[in-house]
Amino acid sequence: MIELIVFVVAGAACLAGAVGVVASRNPVHAALSLVGTLFGIAVLFVAQEANFLAAVQVIVYAGAIVVLFLFVIMLLGVDRAENLRVEPLGGGQRVTAGVVAVGVLGLVLTTLASTGWDATGAVGDVDESVPDINQLGEAVFTRYLYAFEITSVLLVIAVVGAVVLARRVRGEEEIVDPGQAERRAEVTERIARAESRAGGDGALAEPEAEPEEAESEQAEPEEVTTQ
Amino acid sequence: MIAALEVTPAWYLVLGAALFSIGTFGLLIRRNPLVMFMCVELMLNAVTLTFVTFSRMVRDTGGQSIVVFVLVVAAAEVVVGLAIIVALLRKRPGATADDVAILEG
Repeated sequence: MIELIVFVVAGAACLAGAVGVVASRNPVHAALSLVGTLFGIAVLFVAQEANFLAAVQVIVYAGAIVVLFLFVIMLLGVDRAENLRVEPLGGGQRVTAGVVAVGVLGLVLTTLASTGWDATGAVGDVDESVPDINQLGEAVFTRYLYAFEITSVLLVIAVVGAVVLARRVRGEEEIVDPGQAERRAEVTERIARAESRAGGDGALAEPEAEPEEAESEQAEPEEVTTQ
Repeated sequence: MIAALEVTPAWYLVLGAALFSIGTFGLLIRRNPLVMFMCVELMLNAVTLTFVTFSRMVRDTGGQSIVVFVLVVAAAEVVVGLAIIVALLRKRPGATADDVAILEG
């Protein structure tokens, strides 16, 4: 009876959260709905005597992954609501998605029904009196030791990859330098002063005179042809 | 009558299948890369629930051990995926899944 109540409540939380992720307009609401699903699944883990995994699920998923999602949403300011009538792909794509989702559901359920809703294969030798964390630890550090070691390499690669991908290479003009504008103004003023001291007013007049000469040079051959 | 109902492992499997298909549907209809990513997380969680259920059904720790590895891989995947999304949205604010090609080169 207790297990039934737990299953119904946690299952409803899972499904409601899942629908919330898919249907919310605002990405923040979607992330919070995801927390509901993750907690529901953690409760279902406890109901199936996977206590350690339930704790890890809450710590890693709800505590780290969802917070990372929220950080990205807030930092990038993509938390404005989208219009779900327009924004998700409409029409044919939506129908196709529905067909694919129902097809996946039907495929899985048919497969499960074909085995009489029971697992096939060799039955293991789990001792119910030993806590699940002891059994899990023993399995991970003996049978799956190589896989466990390789995950450490995977995590290092992921960290390096994240740093490389998210790092912004700034252009020279983008580098923020406090006081840059004032210094630049001072330098140009000093250059102007030095030029005026060196060449008198001729230094300023010359650049204006040159284009006039060029124009007159271009104009002269025209006059020759008309004459 | 309700009290006579017993929760069999098959119920968990059906719930996992339902969550997986909802995640598939969301992944296919949403355009926001962040929400698509959350739908992938949904699908991963449905599969872990299924693994734990099978682990209990066949009385073997293999299923639970795989869930540990799925968690590690999911964490690594989220870190890299969110870094890609950050790079994408920085290049073009409000980018959707259609704009991922702007990261080329």
